Amino acid sequence: MDSVVLLQRQLVDYTAQLFNEGFLDDQFNQLQQLQDESNPDFVVEVVTLFFEDSERLLNELAKALEQQSIDYRKIDAHVHQLKGSSSSIGAQRVQKVCIAFRNYCEERNIEGCQKCLQQVKNEYSLVKTKLETLFKLEQQVLAAGGSIPWPMQ
Amino acid sequence: MESCNCIEPQWPAEELLMKYQYISDFFIALAYFSIPLELIYFVKKSAVFPYRWVLVQFGAFIVLCGATHLISLWTFSMHSRTVAVVMTTAKVLTAAVSCATALMLVHIIPDLLSVKTRELFLKNKAAELDREMGLIRTQEETGRHVRMLTHEIRSTLDRHTILKTTLVELGRTLALEECALWMPTRTGLELQLSYTLHQQNPVGYTVPIQLPVINQVFSSNHALKISPNSPVARLRPLSGKYMPGEVVAVRVPLLHLSNFQINDWPELSTRRYALMVLMLPSDSARQWHIHELELVEVVADQVAVALSHAAILEESMRARDLLMEQNVALDHASREAETTIRARNDFLAVMNHEMRTPMHAVIALSSLLQETELTPEQRLMVETILKSSNLLATLINDVLDLSKLEDGSLRLDLGSFNLHTVFREVLNLIKPIASVKKLPVTLNLAQDLPIYAIGDEKRLMQTILNIVGNAVKFSKEGSISITAAVAKSESLRDSRAPGFFPVLSDNHFYLRVQVKDAGQGINPQDIPKLFTKFVHTQTLATRNSSGSGLGLAICKRFVNLMGGHFWIESEGLGKGCMAIFIVKLGISEKTSESNPFLPKANHGQTAFPGLKVLVLDENGVSRMVTKGLLVQLGCDVTTVSSRDECLHVVSQDHKVVCIDLCMPDGFEAAARLHEKFTKHHERPLIVALTGNTDKVTKENCMRIGMDGVISKPFSVDKMRSVLSDLLEHRVLFEAM
Repeated sequence: MDSVVLLQRQLVDYTAQLFNEGFLDDQFNQLQQLQDESNPDFVVEVVTLFFEDSERLLNELAKALEQQSIDYRKIDAHVHQLKGSSSSIGAQRVQKVCIAFRNYCEERNIEGCQKCLQQVKNEYSLVKTKLETLFKLEQQVLAAGGSIPWPMQ
Repeated sequence: MESCNCIEPQWPAEELLMKYQYISDFFIALAYFSIPLELIYFVKKSAVFPYRWVLVQFGAFIVLCGATHLISLWTFSMHSRTVAVVMTTAKVLTAAVSCATALMLVHIIPDLLSVKTRELFLKNKAAELDREMGLIRTQEETGRHVRMLTHEIRSTLDRHTILKTTLVELGRTLALEECALWMPTRTGLELQLSYTLHQQNPVGYTVPIQLPVINQVFSSNHALKISPNSPVARLRPLSGKYMPGEVVAVRVPLLHLSNFQINDWPELSTRRYALMVLMLPSDSARQWHIHELELVEVVADQVAVALSHAAILEESMRARDLLMEQNVALDHASREAETTIRARNDFLAVMNHEMRTPMHAVIALSSLLQETELTPEQRLMVETILKSSNLLATLINDVLDLSKLEDGSLRLDLGSFNLHTVFREVLNLIKPIASVKKLPVTLNLAQDLPIYAIGDEKRLMQTILNIVGNAVKFSKEGSISITAAVAKSESLRDSRAPGFFPVLSDNHFYLRVQVKDAGQGINPQDIPKLFTKFVHTQTLATRNSSGSGLGLAICKRFVNLMGGHFWIESEGLGKGCMAIFIVKLGISEKTSESNPFLPKANHGQTAFPGLKVLVLDENGVSRMVTKGLLVQLGCDVTTVSSRDECLHVVSQDHKVVCIDLCMPDGFEAAARLHEKFTKHHERPLIVALTGNTDKVTKENCMRIGMDGVISKPFSVDKMRSVLSDLLEHRVLFEAM
């Protein structure tokens, strides 16, 4: 088989897997649809921004939770932000954890928050790795001379 | 010395006689010498006398005669021999010269006599020439008169002036006593005295036209002398003691435009004449001369031409006045029509907007109401409301469409579409009703029918749906079949489509659609009326008809716009009906369904090119995503991350502001925007983006004055539809 086709097949499979496992949802498709010739790196840009944003937020969250008097409102704001970002790019699992996080915040449950923070971090690093792999695969396909097949489900 | 006494002069009785002879001879000699002198003197004076030689001879002759007589003086007394010799010599000479002169005179005298004859001849000639000169001068004067008369007559185009001037000038030129013009009356049976020279108010005499004298004058184109006692000449009471002057009458042809045929000169075709009567002064013993008669004839002809010109001019002026009146009327009518059309268009424009807005609200809210919890009765009521308002909306659209069609301002929305899908959709739409009425509907699409075509999809579907709908409406039983195929050239030129001239070209094809039903049928005579607006063919089953009668008219217009032809055939009532139309569609290059791996550039047609949008969102990622989405729709997006920045950046150019409600002061921002733009139309539309889908959020949004709410996550399509709704209606719609 042609190497391009092989790579494309790999890419498709991997993406399908991500969706199946719930790492990504339909919003990610929407993002991909926004990418075209005039905006060729849209997805990568958005995801990179998400990574930066999320890391910053996670740091803030960690710092906030280490405080003596926890400012739940601030934590809630951060989590809200994170939830927003993750839902914007379709990082489903991260988003779900954020929702849970917010509930705990409302309840002012510090253990719950901390647990959630840990979960969020985990999910975030997972999705980050997966997305990076995805992008690498895409690069390989492009380098081999093929085109990225859209849309993918 | 005896004869001495003889020498003594003897003066006896012969002395007296001798003395007289002596004196006479002396005087004769004197005369004989003086005559030549006189002759010479006078001849020298005159230049022309041609016979000088004769004169010299004559002179010599006379001189010698005188000399002879002079010498004879000495011969009365005793004279010597010398004297005798001299005398003899003189006599001889005289004899010679006189003979010569006599001979010469024989030649000369006839000449001299003929001079005289010639002189007489020349004198006669001179007298003749004088006479002729007089005649020519008279004629020239007559000609001058005629020219002046003609000039006077032709210098005006007014009929009355022409005739009056004629009479006046004739009267002056010919020194007439009276001059009159008799015109035929309208009936043509009488001549009426119309103009006279001296009487200011003609009394309106009429004479019958059939008088012999009149006939005589009319039948000749010369001026004829008539009797002063004839009825046309008896114009005034006889004033003189003697005979009235001579009268001449001449005909004046009255020409009409129709008389001037191409090959046919007026003499042959005129019917009507007027009569001009000219009277010389009474008591003058003047006679009509030939040249005067000729003058009269010429004038009569000129008058005829001048009158005909005047008549033509009158007619053309009348025609021009009529045309001007008609022009004014037409102008007025066209302006009225324009005003009417403009009024109608204004009315329709207002109607369009004003009626559609509430209609839309009713339909939208009714459909929303349908989604909620309703009791069965309520549901029925809502359904009825919905159906009725949909119908009303369709009617409004139809009327608007029709008026646009009539104005010619309707443009087809050409685009590439799936032809097969159109038919299938029509079938799907009509199947429910048809199955209720138990009418099977079949669709036959020909094998060579292209899948894709270029044309106005919406209107084509509207047309097909209307026709099929009619077929279903007017059928109680039987089946309905829809056939669609590509029309071949033979079937294109149909005798039933007289005005239809299909033009085959490479990138177009003609689609032929036929809908056949076995329903009520239509009376063939009523078929033309079907396409008339607002007319229903009245049959028994029209109680059910809910249409407005516009449907077929609109369909026909659409078909015509698509370069085609639409007609209906029916064999009569109860025999079913067949509706056929042919339209011209473009051939599309697309040959298959769109490849799923193709980039979907088609779908992202810029729906809102250049629309300025402001996005307010604290979250960088979601801000970027929203921006990307709007950019995909072709908007010009500015992003801000705080409320203050938003208020700073926003301007009247921004038509839409998207505010993410995750922000703590999203509502604040909206309120501030309301404050900043007090006028409704200057304010940008505010759309809230929120992850919350509950009623509280919705209510809050409405309260704060948001124009629209979109729930996250949203897709490009959703954003597009929301924006298009918003931009069209500026009414709060919720897209959840």
